[in-house]
Amino acid sequence: MKSYRKYMTSKIAWYVLTFVVAVFLNFLLPRLIPGNPVSTIVSKITSGMADTNSIKRVYETFEKEFGLNKPIWEQFMIYVSNLIHGNMGTSFGQYPRKVTDILASSIVWTIGLQLPAIIVSWILGNVLGVLAAYIKKGFDRVLFPVFLFISCIPSFGFAIVMVWLFAVALKIAPASGGYAFDMIPSPTLSFFLSVLQHYQLPFWSIVLVGIGGQSLGMREMSIYELNADYVKYCRLLGLKDSKIVKYVFKNAVLPQITGLALSLGTMVGGALITEIVFSYPGLGSVLFNAIAAQDFPLISGCTLLITTGVLVANFLVDIVYGLIDPRIKVAQQE
Amino acid sequence: MKGNFKTIFKSGKFDVGLAIFALLLLCIVIFPLLNREDPLKMNYTMFQPPGPNLPLGSDNFGRNELVELIAGGKTSLIIGILAGAIATCIGLIIGLSGGYLGGLVDNVLSSVTNIFIVIPSFIILVLISVSISSRSFLTTALVIGFTSWPWTARAVRAQTISLRNRDHVNLAKVSGYSIPKIIVMEILPYIASYVGMAFILQVASGILSEATISMLGLGPQNTVTLGLMLNWATMYEAHMSGAWWAFVPPVLMIALITFSLNLMNTGLDQVFNPQIRS
Repeated sequence: MKSYRKYMTSKIAWYVLTFVVAVFLNFLLPRLIPGNPVSTIVSKITSGMADTNSIKRVYETFEKEFGLNKPIWEQFMIYVSNLIHGNMGTSFGQYPRKVTDILASSIVWTIGLQLPAIIVSWILGNVLGVLAAYIKKGFDRVLFPVFLFISCIPSFGFAIVMVWLFAVALKIAPASGGYAFDMIPSPTLSFFLSVLQHYQLPFWSIVLVGIGGQSLGMREMSIYELNADYVKYCRLLGLKDSKIVKYVFKNAVLPQITGLALSLGTMVGGALITEIVFSYPGLGSVLFNAIAAQDFPLISGCTLLITTGVLVANFLVDIVYGLIDPRIKVAQQE
Repeated sequence: MKGNFKTIFKSGKFDVGLAIFALLLLCIVIFPLLNREDPLKMNYTMFQPPGPNLPLGSDNFGRNELVELIAGGKTSLIIGILAGAIATCIGLIIGLSGGYLGGLVDNVLSSVTNIFIVIPSFIILVLISVSISSRSFLTTALVIGFTSWPWTARAVRAQTISLRNRDHVNLAKVSGYSIPKIIVMEILPYIASYVGMAFILQVASGILSEATISMLGLGPQNTVTLGLMLNWATMYEAHMSGAWWAFVPPVLMIALITFSLNLMNTGLDQVFNPQIRS
């Protein structure tokens, strides 16, 4: 247990360091643009305002958040202390909304779309992968290239084609948005039905592309395991095929579980472009609009949120693996 | 060495992948010689459907879609190859020097690698692209290359460490070879197959990264790439007007290029790792 604690501490230290680097990159990169974009944009926001008092207020908000005209390390301190207080600043593009509010309202849509889609494609993909490895005959010639081709189509390309096919040509599903544009989000049945209707196309376009990649990975793992010595030994012992497949599945699925955990970590930023194609009200559309408006606080909020999701998932996988994987356990004791 | 090449070409997957890739390359090279139309010139009206003069119709700006597709494929491929080459080189240098030298150098290099493996490279790509206000396709290629090296570095380092104490390396050491010479002559040949495969995959992912970043509106300017074509098609809602010719060809082109590269990679993998041959 002592060695595990040591392993944990070193992992925590690593992830903290990585997080600091990520925060620093988030802070630094938009500020490297020549000609101080912050003051340019503040003047752009205020250009429509006639009231000197409100112009002054805008200036004061951003001066406080960015520490304009202060040395860069002081600006970084201001940025970090704001972050610690859960304050990601005020949006340029949607002034005076807070970045955290915008992110909070869009992340619900992203997770609602991605979480079920990742799990469904993971389950379907793995079952198909094991079957493909076990059956073998004809797979390599026909199914493998088809799966590979599907997994090579970029998910957003798939999304555009699906919108055109099902929403425009066949007219069986709505084309864009998270709900009908004439509705206001409310807990009514008709709103719920509208959401469900708009859910279908983005959901299936993520699932279909996911299945291709998942099943290829599982197939490769299964073939590797099927050729392993222990399988040959079991065959020599005369064990039933069904029992062997069970062993193989157990061994092949462990890396796949890691894969699931990691893709749950990329959930937040995994379908950004698909969301843009469907104008789904998630994080992807927020990031897209933020980039178009050069809304640096919002861009940096999005990227920090996505990075944090990935870091947390990786950290959890490392911690759990330290507990269950005998090889890492041995390494701890050395 | 000759035997090696024979085994490579025996792999059906590699052959098919190479054939598709060569065919695409041939189209990209020969077509502009036959048809000298400027891909960025707006000669037609918006979303003209395919006809005898316009095999793939026109896009939202009234440009010839076929000419644009070939030019875009060319730029995308150049971006992919350049980004792949940069990423592979950086990964190779960091992995080889860290793995072979060990000690403090290795500690520093592998810490940096581990940090950049966990931070999604896509995010760094977005942040850097946001900070560069005028981007040519070369900048895009550079940025993609500089953000996608960490996995190669980690794998090369692991393989170098396993090779470092082999007899032939020790022999070279006592013979007084210089460190760069040992690395190039005694270690590099053993990981060359892996590096080649990593490069092929990096090219494919470079093309996809270009498309993704262009869809976000951070693509290169004053040029045409497959990602930009898709970006324009989405922005001008080609799918809503039923203009399938504006987005199906670039999607298929991206899929075909990455498919042929992946197929080559799988073929090579089966040659070099006999265990997964089926």
